[in-house]
Amino acid sequence: MLLLLEAIFWLVRPPWRWRLFFKQMEFIGVNSLFVVALTALFTGMVLTLQTYYAFRMFAAETLVGVTVALSMARELGPVITALMVTGRAGSAMAAEIGTMRITEQVDALTVMAINPVQYLVLPRIVAGVLMLPMLTALSVFIGVVGGYLVGVNLLGIHGGLFMNNIYEYVDFNDIYHGLFKAACFGLILALVGCYKGFYTRGGAESVGRATTQSMVLSSVLILTSNYVLTALMM
Amino acid sequence: MEPIIELRGVRKSFGAEEVLRSLDLSISKDAVSVIIGRSGSGKSVLIKHIIGLIRPDQGQVLIEGQDIARLDERSMASIRRKFGMLFQGSALFDSMTVEDNVAFPLHEHTRKPRREIRDIVSAKLAAVGLKDMEHKMPAELSGGMRKRVGLARALALDPKIVLFDEPTSGLDPIMAATINELIVRTQAEFGATCVVISHDILAAMSTGHRLFMLYEGRIIAEGTPEEIQEWDDPVVQQFIHGRTQGPISIA
Repeated sequence: MLLLLEAIFWLVRPPWRWRLFFKQMEFIGVNSLFVVALTALFTGMVLTLQTYYAFRMFAAETLVGVTVALSMARELGPVITALMVTGRAGSAMAAEIGTMRITEQVDALTVMAINPVQYLVLPRIVAGVLMLPMLTALSVFIGVVGGYLVGVNLLGIHGGLFMNNIYEYVDFNDIYHGLFKAACFGLILALVGCYKGFYTRGGAESVGRATTQSMVLSSVLILTSNYVLTALMM
Repeated sequence: MEPIIELRGVRKSFGAEEVLRSLDLSISKDAVSVIIGRSGSGKSVLIKHIIGLIRPDQGQVLIEGQDIARLDERSMASIRRKFGMLFQGSALFDSMTVEDNVAFPLHEHTRKPRREIRDIVSAKLAAVGLKDMEHKMPAELSGGMRKRVGLARALALDPKIVLFDEPTSGLDPIMAATINELIVRTQAEFGATCVVISHDILAAMSTGHRLFMLYEGRIIAEGTPEEIQEWDDPVVQQFIHGRTQGPISIA
């Protein structure tokens, strides 16, 4: 928490190192594209399969599309994206900063009169908050595409109705809702990754521990705060 | 000579363990001062007090007469620009090339054009005996090379004070001698005040103008290498001769 306040303090203070921000945005955003797209595709696909199985009992197959789209936009898109990025980038932050800590590179920054929170933590947090909504938007889109592929091409739901119901019942609020949550998750995973790395003490073993802990703590916080955020925004 | 670094009554504890017990130390300008002591005697803690990485529980740390013990981080940053520090493990940024490592403080703290920075970097690297290494990554270098790159980086901003944390540990004797020579040259050519902490007594004797021995959280002996040789204290004698028998208990 204190780390977050300190990071915010440095956010409004020069120098801003644009190169570091872009590097982190590339690391968190661009490099996560493939895993996020892949998981979103299969989530959309399996969701369609399950929903179809249940909705067929009420002859409500044409509502499968909108159900999948809403689930992806409001819940699964943000959560799955956040969990994947935690695994990829959040743990890497803990490992990288943790290694820098135990090899005195963090001290070296301080000695060179460069604030390590501003240099290491701030760009990662900003990149997390900015990139997660973008990745989530992509994952929602791909999830729906996956749903369409399975629903229309495999299960034979009417394509026009599938899409039409999505246009009809999904509004921008649902999208915003998901993107806002994604930004919160981005903050959580970057902050936890940096925190665990920043306060690593000891040797190689503690870097490993920091990495694992950041992964577990981020995932738990993402899933619990997801409930709280949804409840608050209902 | 006037002291450039002065510690007065510095106390520091970590938990129940008291590492520095009312330590007084005065380091004079333009010399190589070596602080010797056993591993775990608090030498690293002491040097980290000097550069404000650790704040004392009690006492004063004066850098050119200014007390930094309770200085806020922003003022501390300007004090730190007087310093260069060579870390025990070199602490090179392993995501950057040798050139970027040495150029780093220059990019951060000066507005010099790239060309000029590149020239300074090659000059500093040449000064520590490294040529055509600019584009290597730290992981490709040997321990001795890393130390020298670390020293080049510490010297990049022409600091008044250069701190060396165990500069020769883990190096072969020839490389250790090279580093020791560089310490003496750093002082002579760049006119910097050098503070070295070491448990390598031979190196300390050959490089130091003044030696300080840290034992049980205090400076128990201080003088020229010759004076320390003759120091009439069984603790000092046991340490400099590396005897297993004596007042220092081997834990």
